[in-house]
Amino acid sequence: MTAGYGQFTALWDVSLRVDSGEAVAVVGPNGAGKTTLLRVISGLIAPRAGALTFDGATLTGLPAHQVVAHGIAHVPEGRRLFPMLTVADNLKMGAFLPGARARFTESLERVYTLFPVLAERRAQRAGSMSGGEQQMLAIGRALMSRPKIILLDEPSMGLAPVMVFRLFDLIRRVREEGYTILVVEQNVRQVLKLVDRAYLLEVGRIRMEGRAAELSEQDFVRKAYMGV
Amino acid sequence: MSIDPIFLVEAAVNGVLLGGVIALLALGLNLIFGVLDIVWIAYVDLVMLCMYAIYFLVTVHGWPIWGAAIVSLAVGAVLGVGVHLLIISPILTSPPINQLLATGGLLFFVQSAATLFWSTDHRSVRLSLPSWEIGGIFIPATRLIPFAISILAVIALYLFLTRTYIGTAIRAVSQDREAMSLMGASPQRIYVVTSAVGGLMAGLAGALLIFQYAVHPFFGGQFGPLTFMVCVLGGLGNMVGAFVASFIMSEVIAVGGVVMSTEMGYVIAFVIFIVMMFVRPGGILAKRQ
Repeated sequence: MTAGYGQFTALWDVSLRVDSGEAVAVVGPNGAGKTTLLRVISGLIAPRAGALTFDGATLTGLPAHQVVAHGIAHVPEGRRLFPMLTVADNLKMGAFLPGARARFTESLERVYTLFPVLAERRAQRAGSMSGGEQQMLAIGRALMSRPKIILLDEPSMGLAPVMVFRLFDLIRRVREEGYTILVVEQNVRQVLKLVDRAYLLEVGRIRMEGRAAELSEQDFVRKAYMGV
Repeated sequence: MSIDPIFLVEAAVNGVLLGGVIALLALGLNLIFGVLDIVWIAYVDLVMLCMYAIYFLVTVHGWPIWGAAIVSLAVGAVLGVGVHLLIISPILTSPPINQLLATGGLLFFVQSAATLFWSTDHRSVRLSLPSWEIGGIFIPATRLIPFAISILAVIALYLFLTRTYIGTAIRAVSQDREAMSLMGASPQRIYVVTSAVGGLMAGLAGALLIFQYAVHPFFGGQFGPLTFMVCVLGGLGNMVGAFVASFIMSEVIAVGGVVMSTEMGYVIAFVIFIVMMFVRPGGILAKRQ
């Protein structure tokens, strides 16, 4: 698909697929259009051209709140928690959809098992937690909607190196729970260890793709950061 | 001139009783502002329309006051949704000045329409309710009942906003509109619900104000500026601040009214407001910068 803002085109004929149960990464330098790509998928911006199909349904042009209902959960860049609400209320909002609401208790237990720190901090205001904890809450909130696929936008952004390591470990555990993941990252080295396949996005176009194991990290890193 | 302390105590009690209804008005206006970022300048004029509904049902059609009050709630909710869909929704992304002009225009429209239909007569519903005397202070039921119902309504609003999905979503949307749409909530739906709740509160406030006040086309001018002032004093969008500010302002007006005159009570309230805007521009509960 092709998408952009106003006169500016951020994505040119970008095409990608994610199979059920897969973990796929989109890497690339700053300003490559990675965030735009996820925003188009989750319906926050409408594409200019192209189509989005998911699980047999055409989602092109649907507003964000209808896209979620199809099982696509987006953990946006910068986490976008509700800072003044408690951890528990943030998770409750994750289960806003009627289907998710019905399974609230069960989902909550799963999220608390995955991220025990959230259970400890359930009464704390989301905005008062550390960056790493906030990212866990953002992922936990997305899981509360019982999605089929999770879109992660720069989960490691702004985190201390130790925390990045822990976070990728946690995302790996989310994966093992059977969730399909599409992750956008600048942290190429870490993310290639996590995913099955990866795409390299550069100034709005897909430049490379392949199985993570076969792609040489050097190639990707060089392409992603030096553009050669 | 000295004033018998009993009058001061009575004024203070009246201030608290008045504060309850003011709080209801301020919280309704603040709720809508917190979510939509638009001040409904004509909020108290919607209250006025609800009061007219009660007046006609009770005096012309012989309804009991509680029956008319329920209709007033419904009228308020419908007006709230109507104002949102017809006036607010098309200008949501317009510059603030246009939004101000649109809701201000509604105020003039409602006032003029009310004058046209119902003349400028002051109309009141005469309720014969008892008064109680406690330690030399007279507490009329026409003030105590509205106060008690206001407090119950504020508690109900608090529970709605903290315990229910849609209430929590209303608070969440005021913090991050886009993130809430990623949770599967249609922003338009949340806005409509918020406007309906705000309207419902206007309907309730109308039902309670008619216990003590006559309704006339310019009723909005009597409570509108005060309500807006309370909201700003409490910090726009800050519900707890608005609640506290309601009682401060109503106390100043009630006690000042007894010590000097009713007009001076309002003058003092406005002076306090202006001074506080310099001292605490973010509202009484805001942290000092």
